Amino acid sequence: MSEMSMIQAIHSALDVMLGRDPNVLIFGEDVGYFGGVFRATEGLQAKHGPTRCFDTPLSEGGIVATAIGMGAYGLRPVVEIQFADYILPAYDQLVSEAARLRYRSGGEFWAPITVRAPYGGGIFGGQTHSASPEALFTHVAGLKTVIPATPYDAKGLLISAIEDDDPVIFLEPKRIYNGPFDGRHDQPARPWTGQEGSEVPEDYYKVALGSAAIRRQGRAVSVLAYGTMVHVALRAAEESGIDAEVIDLRSLVPLDIDTITASVNKTGRCVIVHEATRYSGFGAELSALVQERCFYRLEAPITRVTGWDTPYPHAFEWDYFPGPQRVAEGLRRALEA
Amino acid sequence: MRNQPPLSLHIPAPHARPGEKPDFSYLTFPEPGAARRPHILTPEAEMRDMPYSLIRVLAEDGRAIGPWAPHVAPETLRRGLRAMMLTRFFDDRMFAAHHQGKTSFYMKSTGEEATAAAPSLALLPGDMCFPTYRMVSFLMARDYPLANLVNQIFSNAADPMRGRQLPLLYSARDYGFYSLAGNVGSRFGHAVGWAMASAYKNDDKIAMAFVGDGTTAEGNFHEAMVFASVYHAPVILCVTNNQWAISSYQGIAGGEETTFAARGIGYGLPGLRVDGNDFLAVYAATQWAAERARANHGATLIEFVTYRVAGHSTNDDPSRYRPSDEARAWPLGDPIERLKAHLIALGEWSEAQHEALARALHEEVRAAAKAGEALGTLGQNPPPKREMFEHVFKTPDWRNLEQRRECEVAP
Repeated sequence: MSEMSMIQAIHSALDVMLGRDPNVLIFGEDVGYFGGVFRATEGLQAKHGPTRCFDTPLSEGGIVATAIGMGAYGLRPVVEIQFADYILPAYDQLVSEAARLRYRSGGEFWAPITVRAPYGGGIFGGQTHSASPEALFTHVAGLKTVIPATPYDAKGLLISAIEDDDPVIFLEPKRIYNGPFDGRHDQPARPWTGQEGSEVPEDYYKVALGSAAIRRQGRAVSVLAYGTMVHVALRAAEESGIDAEVIDLRSLVPLDIDTITASVNKTGRCVIVHEATRYSGFGAELSALVQERCFYRLEAPITRVTGWDTPYPHAFEWDYFPGPQRVAEGLRRALEA
Repeated sequence: MRNQPPLSLHIPAPHARPGEKPDFSYLTFPEPGAARRPHILTPEAEMRDMPYSLIRVLAEDGRAIGPWAPHVAPETLRRGLRAMMLTRFFDDRMFAAHHQGKTSFYMKSTGEEATAAAPSLALLPGDMCFPTYRMVSFLMARDYPLANLVNQIFSNAADPMRGRQLPLLYSARDYGFYSLAGNVGSRFGHAVGWAMASAYKNDDKIAMAFVGDGTTAEGNFHEAMVFASVYHAPVILCVTNNQWAISSYQGIAGGEETTFAARGIGYGLPGLRVDGNDFLAVYAATQWAAERARANHGATLIEFVTYRVAGHSTNDDPSRYRPSDEARAWPLGDPIERLKAHLIALGEWSEAQHEALARALHEEVRAAAKAGEALGTLGQNPPPKREMFEHVFKTPDWRNLEQRRECEVAP
């Protein structure tokens, strides 16, 4: 075990998988010699060779298309989209090709690819460095969508994603690459050192896709969150004194529905928190699932605390980002009813 | 005050519309044998005349002439001829099956049979073709079971695609034929990735991919060309220029000012322009590009110049946008007739053999169609409902399982 930041844990997962499986290779914009704009692939080209980790033209569609073709051949490509905001040129490849290849070919071909993309706000990234597009992928049959909230999970989930024979969108909350962030932007940034989830095994291990983690046991209300919002929700519970049960979903598809329903059936209340815009966001699906499965145990309307239905603004960063005060307000609303 | 005329917007238009005389004067057709054949290791910069030339082998009298005349065993040529004839009979039968309500959709490849049959025989086992939906002759040339095709078109219980795909959108991995989809061009880059994988693994296999003239306008085409060029991918990228993208003539796709083969120049890829109705020329060009790819010299772009004789699909009426006799006026003739004449000129074929083969293939198609109809046409004896929920993921998730139960009990 050693202490790692999330970016180091992701780097370690990639390093371990390059070492274990000759069919794993990594490519994307600036990931080769330079080691990635967030340093996720630093030194991997020097260590494993230029054909294992290399730079690509600036073409998200081309990156994902070639990855799918490699997957059809028998490789396990792990590609990086520099920011999730820039994944849209690859959307046709992900939706029309990667997601459906196994289905449409009657199982003859499939796309065992992993698409890594830093996502989320809280960094003054403005409109094209902050987006949370997870709902664009969870809506697509045939894609898996995974979002870690700790270094330990980031490594274990990424290894699972790489070994998975289905296409996985692996969204990395860049705000917590270097330390957990609870939304208290007025306080000094903390490193991962000493924080829960920062002890990471150096070798191979997996965190299974489709299993949520309960980050805080509670009896008053269930909070469904993922990525940076897990830390915000924990902070909100602490500040509000509300005995919230905070569930880190970890993977949105496949979703750990049993952990969710067990929690809401216990608390009778549910608050859903995500950075993404509200309307048709993943929270809407979570809300519908909880309503369908826990209706007779619910004691209050399901509450959503999310980004506003606007493009992600620059100057209004902290008015947009759902911080601990807004989440705490959501918790109170869920308790009042 | 401006001292020049106002700007005007140029909208390309075909040279002939319904009721007008067909006009192919926009195309130039060098004589068979005229195009030079550079060595496969020639630098791209020394081949920039090729995209504006036209590789043709078969002369009017059926002889194979010039430097591109390939050394192909007569047996292989007969296989190619058989595949093209089988394709044409099959197309006719399935087109009729659509009119009889036995399937929802069909697309013919009439006139373009050589562009898929010849590459099918020129590629080696283990290579992978990333086809378009107008390339069933590729499968015909490899003796893919007709039953699979018929059952797929009828979406019956024996459909290898389990009733999930529109007719024609086959997948035949063991035959080197990649999964098709209805969206155009999005597999072009897969071929490049597949070829890069082969190179990455120090393998000796190559990929070959096709798009139509219309699809060259998609971003996918550009992306694939860039990646193929950058990584020297062992891939043959092909444009089947049949002059028409549904109702849009190839000028709308950007073919008015240049050739599609010439697109290669900007990417540093050799561009060959080939008579697509000349089986031997298609075979020779494929073989040249394949040898170049296997020699680790990277990708080639090939434009096969041909003509879409039939309508775009069963939903199309070409008489609404082009002269009804345009196909008859097509200067490059019919690929089946031209290969037949060649084999006869070689003394390897005869009218009697041709007629006998035609009868046998007719019967083969008839029998396959009957057998498929007996299993079920569209809506009769489909695959079990549970197939709808398989292969979404490798292992169904809880949603697939719950919804499958919901569907199975649904009235």
